[in-house]
Order: sequence, then structure tokens, then C-alpha cells
Amino acid sequence: MADVLKRVPVREQDAKVRVTNFEEVCLGYNMEEAVAEAERCLKCKNPQCQKGCPVNIDIPGFIKEVQTKNIAGAYNVISKYSALPAVCGRVCPQESQCEAKCIRGIKAEPVSIGKLERFVADWARENNIQPKVEAERKGKKVAVIGSGPAGLTCAGDLAKMGYDVTIFEALHEAGGVLVYGIPEFRLPKRTVVKSEIENVKALGVKIETNVIIGKSTTIDQLMDEEGFDAVFIGSGAGLPKFMGIPGENANGVFSANEFLTRNNLMKAFDESYDTPIFRGKKVAVVGGGNVAMDAARTALRLGATTYIVYRRSEEELPARVEEVHHAKEEGIIFKLLTNPTEILVDENGWVKGMTCVEMELGEPDVSGRRKPVVKEGSEFELEVDTVIMSLGTSPNPLITSTTEGLECNRHKCIVADEANGQTSRAGVFAGGDAVTGAATVILAMGAGRAAAKGIDEYLSNK
Amino acid sequence: MYEIVKKEFLSQNIVLMDIKAPRTAKHCYPGQFVIVKMDEKGERIPLTICDYNRDAGTVTIVFQTIGASTKMMAEYEVGDSFRDFVGPLGCKSDLIDESIDELKAKKILFVAGGVGTAPVYPQVKWLHEQGVDVDVIIGARNKELIILEEEMKKVAANVYVTTDDGSYGRTGNVNDCLKALLAEGKEYNHIVAIGPLIMMKFVCLLTKELGIKTIVSMNPIMVDGTGMCGACRLTVGDEIKFACVDGPEFDGHLVNFDEAMKRQQLYKTEEGRALLREKEGATHHGGCGHCE
Repeated sequence: MADVLKRVPVREQDAKVRVTNFEEVCLGYNMEEAVAEAERCLKCKNPQCQKGCPVNIDIPGFIKEVQTKNIAGAYNVISKYSALPAVCGRVCPQESQCEAKCIRGIKAEPVSIGKLERFVADWARENNIQPKVEAERKGKKVAVIGSGPAGLTCAGDLAKMGYDVTIFEALHEAGGVLVYGIPEFRLPKRTVVKSEIENVKALGVKIETNVIIGKSTTIDQLMDEEGFDAVFIGSGAGLPKFMGIPGENANGVFSANEFLTRNNLMKAFDESYDTPIFRGKKVAVVGGGNVAMDAARTALRLGATTYIVYRRSEEELPARVEEVHHAKEEGIIFKLLTNPTEILVDENGWVKGMTCVEMELGEPDVSGRRKPVVKEGSEFELEVDTVIMSLGTSPNPLITSTTEGLECNRHKCIVADEANGQTSRAGVFAGGDAVTGAATVILAMGAGRAAAKGIDEYLSNK
Repeated sequence: MYEIVKKEFLSQNIVLMDIKAPRTAKHCYPGQFVIVKMDEKGERIPLTICDYNRDAGTVTIVFQTIGASTKMMAEYEVGDSFRDFVGPLGCKSDLIDESIDELKAKKILFVAGGVGTAPVYPQVKWLHEQGVDVDVIIGARNKELIILEEEMKKVAANVYVTTDDGSYGRTGNVNDCLKALLAEGKEYNHIVAIGPLIMMKFVCLLTKELGIKTIVSMNPIMVDGTGMCGACRLTVGDEIKFACVDGPEFDGHLVNFDEAMKRQQLYKTEEGRALLREKEGATHHGGCGHCE
């Protein structure tokens, strides 16, 4: 008899093996494991888990179906709320959302809601089950800018309501951060991402790639010349930040965005693709978020000894615990309470090392986290040939600078009502990283969903 | 898919193509660029726009076959299609937003080097259409590499051709030509120089001395071309700029060319490897020490 207080463990690729490939780390549950885990659900009368979910999935509802092995039924329940369950089951920070609120979690380990969601979505894909559509066509056109999690969710919801939706994507592949940012070993592209996008298309959504709004056309032109009745902006985070320290333009210094885009979108890890990637021998990734973990684990798989250099302590690492755990298992070296001050450059312009200082935690700052301060006389050199900056992004001005009357805040993010995505321009809605700055996949999905409702209300009253 | 509707060799290794891309053709301006991706496994290749026809919905690109990707691109024929073609990217030339009176008051010279003649052409043509006539220097190593001379003559006031080896036109590099023109009594107060980095660097050194404002067009390594990756960053004055969203045109007297040239070398070995793989197929494994 299994211990009901403990989760059914999920099978993973062994750390020693997986550092040599780009295959998925987590292997997921099989039917037997999923049913056993589903049985751990307490079927609470007042389910807290659902309240922890940004898109409000009926979690007890789908888990109940898993208990009776009605996986198609479970998939139908989830599909009402989420267009991307196979993605969310993999990359949502469940430990701080649904699973954090799970009543089972008070005295034991919470139910593995994420892994169950993933199992249901994968099963549906493998059995060719697609979400059902039965909406009356409304005869109104909505343009969605960006095919990342916010855009796909908004488009999927609107299509289900009967709107004629076209997504415009600037890159050559749909998926946004799901395709260029999150690596294959966390989120397989061909199987998982592509098939979820196909599901959105199956709802009637059209996707036009290679269209960059603000350049190839503008929001005004979409509305005035192409007959779109409303527009949703889900264009994502934007321009990578650098530290502003000496040596940052040396050869061998990359933004995490560039490094990951080359590897994920352009598939540089695969020799049969043409895009090159610089395979360093000793790589320092500066930053402590999920993107930093992704970049470090990618560099490791490309053959490097890899460091994470982060100025605060382990407790403050913004990355998911699971990602930090996986990174450590794989042999990433954590240089915590460490901050770079200069990148050392050889006579030909290549990185040869990085000067760092040690930090200690002082008083809490505005973010509530204890502020790191430099330890006197702690300067040292880290020998590396590659530095990857993973410090977040600042908003891309392409859309805001070409759309009159679109209000931005002091961080240059688009101002939009959290409840319905409404911006300062009539008929123009926004959500996701373009509004909040860099955040998570599921928060972007929540914003896309709220905006779809907002757009429906707006167009219904028009 | 984006169809090739015209293809022409301007020299042995410089190709001109017209691509059917109505959205780009409708919205592009001189100074901007596009990104071409040939097929599923191809690179994203940034190319400056050489011309466009809004009615026909076509955009003209010109490229030199220097790496494995551009060599393969040159093998595409009329009727074939590129998988991806996105644009216009970057900012239009500053000249486009100036009033006609301001432009007419300027004494403008374009300095075009080699394949850099292609992005110079649409600017000269656009100015000509506004009734502003400008002079153009076209320079290259030898006669074979001089392109678009006839087209340029139709839209420029004067075209001066110069070759390093003297095989055609004047003898010497573009700087020699510029100095000679000034000695002959020509006056310029605004120069746009587009060509290899080393050429732009030396034109800027000269014009800084002469006190003539000079704009250059930068073409660094890029991936997405929309401001997302930062691969194309340059030092301009005291600031870091992204060529894809802040440029590609910058004040040449502020650009750190030495850094830009070093950054251009970044993937040289990778590109070299790709070229060898293409030439020698599966027999090339690298590291044997027999190949260059």
C-alpha cells in the first residue's frame, strides 16, 4: 500500500544521461500512476486549489474523471478553461499556485496537480482527441498580436465564442516564448507545443507568421483597412537588459534571449540546422530566474562547465524550486551572493574571464528582499570564456511608438485593465508580459483569457 | 511562402532578386531591411532593401555569396520560394522624414562600397523622386564588383566610379575619390556611407577631420531582428544601441567600428565549418588538419 501522505513519484531521465541530450527531463505519469495520484485528492467541498489557478481550472472536476480513468472526460473539463494544458502541466509554477492551496498539502504533500494535468493533455494528444467547438459564428473579426501564451489563449477563447480570429506573429514560427525561450528538455516543441497550437487552429484561428506589427503594418491599419473590429496585444516582454559593466560587448557575451533563441527557435544544437551557436567551455550565466536556469542547463548540454552567478542567496532565487533542483542534479555550479563587476577581454576581443565580488545580505529593500551589499576586499576572478546575461527585459517600443493614444506606464509597459484587458484606446486590449513586464506563462494566459471576455463584452455592446 | 519573381547576377557572386511580399512592399522605406529564411533549417539572414514596388507587391534584395547560406540562396531560381521573408525592419533613413526644402538645402554625397551600393540605391532614387539630386561615389576592389552603375546614373546627379586596382573608373579607394572631388571644388555637408565596416570606418575618420556629418548603415550579426536578442548591439557614443530597432543607420562619427569589426568575427569559425560541410559533404569531419 502506497503512502497516501506522499505523492506518486514522477519518473525522470537520469541526470547523468540527460545532460548529454535535449530530450525531456520529466517523463510524466502513466495511467496507473495518474489514477493512484488522483486518488489522493480529498474532493474538498470548498476546493482551494481552483482559487490558486490564474485561469480558474475546475481542478477537482478533472481529477474526479482521472480517478475513473475517463481521461477524455478530464480533458474536456480542462479544455473549457485552458487552451494549453500540456504546456501548463509542464511550466506552471504549481507549487506557488494550485498546489500551494491544496488541503492535502497541509499535513502531507499536496496532490501533484501539474503532473496530472500534463498526463491528461498528453493522453488526449496521443489519442487524437481535440477540444470541441460548437459556437455560432458572430461575423466579427479580431486581430491578436503575438502567438505566445497570452495570444494563443485569447485567440482560442474568442474562437470558441464564435469570433473570426487572426493571430499575427513576428517570427517565422508560432508559439512565442514557448518556442524561442523555454528549452526542448522542459517543453518539447514538435510534440507538445506544436500540437497545442494545432488545437487552437482547429478552433478556426488563423495564424499569419512573419508579420511584425508596428513595421509590416500598424494597429490602426488593421482596424481601418483590414476590417478588424478589435485588437489584442500580447506581444511579450521585449529587449534584453545588460548590466552596463566594462567588457559587455566582447565576443562571448550573449543575452539569455539570444542564446536560447539560437538553440530553441533556430535549433542550433542540431547540426543539421544552419544557425551557429557559440559552444563555450566555461560558461557563466548571470541571474537567478527560470530563464537563467534554462540558459545554464542549455550551455551544460552543449558541453560546458556552467556557473550560475547570482547576487543574492539561494532563498531569493526567483526560479522555480524544481528547476533549481534539476540544475543542481545536473551539475550546474551555483556561485551565490556573487556579482560581476567586469568582463575581462583578451587582445582579440574575446571573453577570458569575469571579475566578481562577494556579497552579503543587508536590510530589506523596496522589493522586501534583503539587499545585497558588497563584501569589502572580496574581489576574485572567475575563469570563463562565455557570459550569458539573464537579467530580464525592458518593453519593446515597436507597437507603442506606432499606435497613437496607447497609454504606457513609467516602465513603458502598456497600461491595461487587469479585469478585461482594456487599454486607453477603444477596441484595443492587451495582456501578458507587454503589460506586466516579464512574468509567467500562466499569468499571460490568465490575462489573455480576461481580455477575451473584455473583447466579447465590447463587441457585444458595439 | 515568398516567391522569387526575378533573379539576376549583378556580378559573378552578387545576386539581385525580386521577392513577392506584399505586406513588406506596401510599408517599407529606404534604409530599412528584411530577414530572409530559405527553408525549415535555414538561418535568418538580414538583408537591406534595395528597391520595392508597392503596386506589384515586390521587394528587391541584393546579396553577395559569402557563406554557406548565401551560396545556397543564390541557387534558388525564379518560381522558387523562400519559406520566410519578414519586414520592413529597422528605422527608415532619417532623410525620409526631412522636409524637401531642408533636403534641397543640403549638399548630399552617398559613398557606396561594393554590395553596399544596393542599400544606397533606394535612398538616391527616393530623393530623386522628391526632386533632390545628389552625388554618388561607387567604389569596389575591381571592375567586376561594381554594381548598379547604370541604375544609379538614372537617379543621381553625378556618379563617380572608382576601383582599387584601377580596372574601371578612377583609381583608388572611395576616400581617394572623395578627396579628389573636394580638391576639384565639390562641396558636401552631408554624407551617407554604406559598405564594408572597414570602408565606413575610414570614410568616417576622414569626414570627421573634414567636419562633414556622416551617416552609416550597420549590418551586424542578428537573430530575430525585432529587438529581442541583442546580438546586434553596438557602441554608439557612450550608449549601447541595437542595430535592429535603433538603426540600422547611425551617426558614423559616434560608432565604435573596431568593436563592431571584432563582433563580426564571432561565428567566423562556425560559418567556415558550415561552408566546408556544404562543399565536401559527409567527408568533411573537421579537425584532420588537412583543410584550411
